[in-house]
Amino acid sequence: MMPYTLKLEKRLEISRTATFLVPVISILLALVFGAVLLSLVGANPLKTYQAMLEGAFGTPALWQQGRYHNIIETLVKATPLILTGLAVAVAFRMRFWNIGAEGQLVMGGIAAAAVALWVPTLLPFLPESRWFYLPLIILSSMLAGAIWALIPAFLKAYLKVDEIITTLMFNYIAILLYQYLFNIAWKDPDGFGFPGTAMIPDFTWLPRITGRLHWGILIGIAAALVVWIIMDRTRWGYEIRLIGESKNAGRYAGISLAATILLVMFLSGGLAGLAGMSEVTGISYRLQRGLAVGSGFTGIIIAWLARLNPWGVLLVAFLMAALLVGGEQIQMTMGLPASVSPVLQGAILLFVLGGSLFNQYRLRIVRLALAAEPESENPAASEE
Amino acid sequence: MELVISILSIAIVAGVSLVYATIGEIFTERSGILNLGVEGMMIMGAVTAFAAAFHTGSAWVGVLIAMLVGGGMALIHAFITITMRADQVVSGLALTLFGTGLSSFLGQRLGPDGSPLVGLIGPRFRPIPIPVLSEIPIIGQMFFNQDILVYIIYLFVPVSWYFLYKTRPGLHLRAVGESPQTADALGVNVLKLRYFYTMIGGMLVGLGGAHLSLAYTPGWAEHLTGGRGWIVIALVIFATWDPGRAVIGALLFGGVNAIQFRLQAMGATIPASLLNMLPYILTVVVLVAITWFESFRKRVGPPAALGLPYMREERS
Repeated sequence: MMPYTLKLEKRLEISRTATFLVPVISILLALVFGAVLLSLVGANPLKTYQAMLEGAFGTPALWQQGRYHNIIETLVKATPLILTGLAVAVAFRMRFWNIGAEGQLVMGGIAAAAVALWVPTLLPFLPESRWFYLPLIILSSMLAGAIWALIPAFLKAYLKVDEIITTLMFNYIAILLYQYLFNIAWKDPDGFGFPGTAMIPDFTWLPRITGRLHWGILIGIAAALVVWIIMDRTRWGYEIRLIGESKNAGRYAGISLAATILLVMFLSGGLAGLAGMSEVTGISYRLQRGLAVGSGFTGIIIAWLARLNPWGVLLVAFLMAALLVGGEQIQMTMGLPASVSPVLQGAILLFVLGGSLFNQYRLRIVRLALAAEPESENPAASEE
Repeated sequence: MELVISILSIAIVAGVSLVYATIGEIFTERSGILNLGVEGMMIMGAVTAFAAAFHTGSAWVGVLIAMLVGGGMALIHAFITITMRADQVVSGLALTLFGTGLSSFLGQRLGPDGSPLVGLIGPRFRPIPIPVLSEIPIIGQMFFNQDILVYIIYLFVPVSWYFLYKTRPGLHLRAVGESPQTADALGVNVLKLRYFYTMIGGMLVGLGGAHLSLAYTPGWAEHLTGGRGWIVIALVIFATWDPGRAVIGALLFGGVNAIQFRLQAMGATIPASLLNMLPYILTVVVLVAITWFESFRKRVGPPAALGLPYMREERS
């Protein structure tokens, strides 16, 4: 019998080394996996990765000419991801599994389009100004996302209905509603059969910074700041974390669980709603295909990889957007499937999940207590 | 009458993939593991089944490969959540993301000489009318003029029901999901069983995917599953973790699909998207009902240890 065995031992504190090393090693392993996959289909992995990198960030040569469109596109793609990542991170802080950011995003987009399309026609006496309409649109989209999040929150808070499933189901209800609206109910009659609403008036557009980059990115950064202040600098944020760590501790501290769930999900849904708003009023200027492209689900990955830290969300959302843009680039320039990006995203997350055990546990080689065999330097030798 | 028959027979074909995958996920969840990777495993099953069938010329090889792929992906989930004790929700979602991406990648490369699979025609399971039985009026057409994977279901469903409720291994399975501590104390190897049923679940989900690309809509197209994996997650709850009720649910949800095509053909005005919401809304209603009514929950509620990792050394 082998006198040694591997044993998992709980660490007294979360290991800082592991916290840092696990994501790094995971990304490397995912890249190796992607490289194997790419070689199998006859592509050169190094060249592909280089093309993805250049596609997402541009090249020094381009920068010298003052052309930053690659990195700008990455920032454009990062905008909704920052907001959904924050939305999920807020809810996960109190261990409320909001899988519904996608649906809340869609509802926010619907609300933004609704206000931008109908309010100017129904109430023509209102000032046709950005200063009036943008705050109105921002508030209504946050409210729409928040209300969509509040239904599962209410069911959880008062009836203890599992939120994983309800938020998940609400995604599909929202997406189907959105498809119904732009395909049928709100379809532009002058759109030559093109499925989508009419264009929203220009005083409801988010101003652009440069190229396709619009104010949404600023809203995202501001949201990260607000979330950080709420979560890490206020008593309420402390209470949310306390409940996340132990429901009982929260209860003994006199915190109302139900009220906290409702407020947290109001915030979470509102943030996701903003993501939908920024896509409609910043990019597409109408309700059409391309709003429900999985940003809500990617937000879960981002929040998790960022360890629910708002500044981490900014960074990870940017990296995930870079992966997406890089993937689109290799599809265009090298004819390789853009789906390399979700494969890499999924692989990174799977490796991180697999490795996160080492944050809390360490692997130790221990000698079995009952080892009565003679001392041996080589455990394999004693087996023979 | 013609209409009802045709809707029902389409509902059956449309429901097959759902039945296999739902019963698979029921086995997994009964053991206490929530695997939200169904959509990813199903679509990987669909693409690999079609690719394998296309290259070998045998639909059965396709089924086999799809089951291996589904089981293999479920093994990843099992390793991450059981051995590495990571969060089941996030791991399942990662698996779906990974599978959806990989299926699209493979779909563009697994054709002859690295060409796309889209648009190719390969072997498929065709309806085989059963002599005599298929000539029974009404029922014959519906039940006995279907493909072989449909016929297997007629056996598979009662067998899984019997296994779950009337056999010793079935009892162990339920025990592991309800109260792993008790099961462990009785000498049942909790982790081993969870591994086993997570993989069985993945294999059945892969089989469901294979039916999509080899019989229901033969061929490969991106997003072939069209969110069926999520319907499966809904169906498990709708069926309250019971293989028998899973069939009714799958027929109902498959029927929604069939009715919608019929209605459109007849020029009806109920929009497809609104009709498609029905399964999701019904699932929320069922979930609320089984949570709300205490007596109801005890009889048909979720496995008590669903989603919780089992750590023997931290047993309380």
